[in-house]
Amino acid sequence: MPAVQETIEQVKAIDVDQYKYGFVTDIESEKGAKGLSEETIRFLSAKKNEPEWMTEWRLDALRRFQQMEEPDWARVSYPKIDFDDLYYWAAPKSVEGPKSLDEVDPELLATYEKLGIPLAEQEMLAGVEPKNRVAVDAVFDSVSVVTTFKEELKKAGVIFCSISEALREYPDLVKKYLGSVVPVTDNYYATLNSAVFSDGSFVYIPEGVRCPMELSTYFRINEQNTGQFERTLIIAEKGSYVSYLEGCTAPQRDENQLHAAVVELVALDDAEIKYSTVQNWFPGDKEGKGGIYNFVTKRGDCRGKNSKISWTQVETGSAITWKYPSCILRGENSRGEFYSIAVSNGYQQVDSGTKMIHLGKNSSSRIISKGISAGRSQNTYRGLVSAHRKASNARNFTQCDSLLIGQDCGAHTVPYIESKNASAQFEHEATTSKISDDQMFYCLQRGLSEEEAVALIVNGFVKDVIQQLPMEFAVEAQKLISISLEGSVG
Amino acid sequence: MLEIKNLHARIAEEETEILRGVNLTVNAGEVHAIMGPNGSGKSTLSYILAGKDDYEVTEGEVLFNGENMLDMDPDERAAAGMFLAFQYPIEIPGVATMEFLKTAMNAQRKARGEDVLSIPDFMKRVKAAASHLNVSMDMLKRPLNVGFSGGEKKRAEILQMSLLEPKLCVLDETDSGLDIDALRIVSEGVNKLRGPERAMVVITHYQRLLDHIVPDVVHVLSKGRIVKSGDKDLALELEKNGYADYVDTAA
Repeated sequence: MPAVQETIEQVKAIDVDQYKYGFVTDIESEKGAKGLSEETIRFLSAKKNEPEWMTEWRLDALRRFQQMEEPDWARVSYPKIDFDDLYYWAAPKSVEGPKSLDEVDPELLATYEKLGIPLAEQEMLAGVEPKNRVAVDAVFDSVSVVTTFKEELKKAGVIFCSISEALREYPDLVKKYLGSVVPVTDNYYATLNSAVFSDGSFVYIPEGVRCPMELSTYFRINEQNTGQFERTLIIAEKGSYVSYLEGCTAPQRDENQLHAAVVELVALDDAEIKYSTVQNWFPGDKEGKGGIYNFVTKRGDCRGKNSKISWTQVETGSAITWKYPSCILRGENSRGEFYSIAVSNGYQQVDSGTKMIHLGKNSSSRIISKGISAGRSQNTYRGLVSAHRKASNARNFTQCDSLLIGQDCGAHTVPYIESKNASAQFEHEATTSKISDDQMFYCLQRGLSEEEAVALIVNGFVKDVIQQLPMEFAVEAQKLISISLEGSVG
Repeated sequence: MLEIKNLHARIAEEETEILRGVNLTVNAGEVHAIMGPNGSGKSTLSYILAGKDDYEVTEGEVLFNGENMLDMDPDERAAAGMFLAFQYPIEIPGVATMEFLKTAMNAQRKARGEDVLSIPDFMKRVKAAASHLNVSMDMLKRPLNVGFSGGEKKRAEILQMSLLEPKLCVLDETDSGLDIDALRIVSEGVNKLRGPERAMVVITHYQRLLDHIVPDVVHVLSKGRIVKSGDKDLALELEKNGYADYVDTAA
């Protein structure tokens, strides 16, 4: 059997056993009524003590959602989702809104410890202060259970809290920016999210402030038949900077779980937002059963001059991924970046990419996308680069590379390029390659095992993107990619 | 060190035999050259020794230090000390040559139950070996074999060979694609590695490589069999008269 063939066999044999985060937290939880209705939304909004305008905003979104059709242009197939068979609210009973770390249910703390998420502030503060501290907002099903380092961040003027808390404490800020990047009716799933979003993170960086630590949100879906609809809003005022990380996992369940999030970023003059995601939702078992349906709308608005938004994503999980983190390059000299690694294995379906909408003069963007398909998965890059009439001297460089492992997977690239300004310069490069038997044999001849050889070749393939991740995440991401593709590494 | 007994082999799932009863014994400290015309089975022999699974051994055995080598996986053979310098080294995009060297050295060490190398120790070894082969730091930072010239590729092969310290070195047409200067550097690198504990099998079409790497024994492979063995003068005779005599004997 050729070496690559054997590797494929090993890859086929894994998925479920390799998913380390598939455990379920046994915790008493409270759920809202099943189904999508005005009642559900009023219940949800009341649970969160939201202002009246928010409830109305949601109800408006629901009415619009009910008029909409599910889009079918993506290269993914799945049975129709019955939105009336889902719960839209599930929360650990012990939680009555985010409180201090001491009051959090130990069972929940244990869950995050098991996931390797540092929630403890004390340990980190005691003794020598580690260089890279990370503030974490931990979202469990529909609620944020705790946000760390809140006080310390406040001293710098940075607001980092759950969006529910922000709605209560900073309603004017939320009202001003919510839906200003991703309008309520932007797309089917964004509209759904607008109606039923439960929790998520809110970040506000004041003018001229460089956020003193990495901010991070960790999403965990625990409950059965529950959709997670989080909403994240990040605002970077003039001349500010923030680096934000997002991680996600879910238990291993036979049925599919729905995750439809919306993330909005706003960067004003000279501000920079760096947004990194390591997405490791449960991908489904080896027969393709179970796994998360991930329908996410992420968009950044480079609203000010010289502003910059950079998306970096490592996608290894989910049964279905439908996700296009985008940048609207409105400001003069604004810059958008998209670095992506999408790994698919088993029966996973990925349709992901980005949109760079150039509106401002001299705006520039860069897209580096690396897709790796193994098993029987399908991996599609779908991207749009457009220059509008006023976007003189807009520039884009796009590079899309696909790597295939085995015979039964597919890689697809669907780039759309539209230019309405003659001075815009767009470049697009694309490659598709396979790990060849010759490469495998060469590595084995030098003493590498098959796992080591695949890991080495794949790491070489994704290097450009890994370099963009914050240091701690880069190591994690590399490990995650190895685990996603291999039988025994990691 | 290496004993090949009555080796028969063919390309997997094809009928035609490429090796038709090869017998060869190479002792530690010896350098054997295998010469022969195109299609005589030289490269096939090297791939079979390294364990490439495009080939199927139908008869015979190969012993490496008394152990049945045909039962071992390619990476096990490598860890046991078998090294093949490829005729066409393979490109590994995105993987710096340095990183590849470290991964390979440590993989073999782990397989043998040894500790992995510390970074300073590793760097010291690489720098020493690289300077002998005229391999620059810049080249070590570039992805392995990607965009390398013919000479750079072969020097990188010999660099790996010297760092991995194999017991048995098989060089498959290492002279192909080399100009005179590169040939000299590569040959010097190889000669440095000659020693009483190490055996080498040098596969080549041309005698000129053997001016630089002087063999103890020369074999002529034709139509899948060794048809003549002799000392280094045999190579000179072949250079003069060609393979015609031996091709006929084998037929």
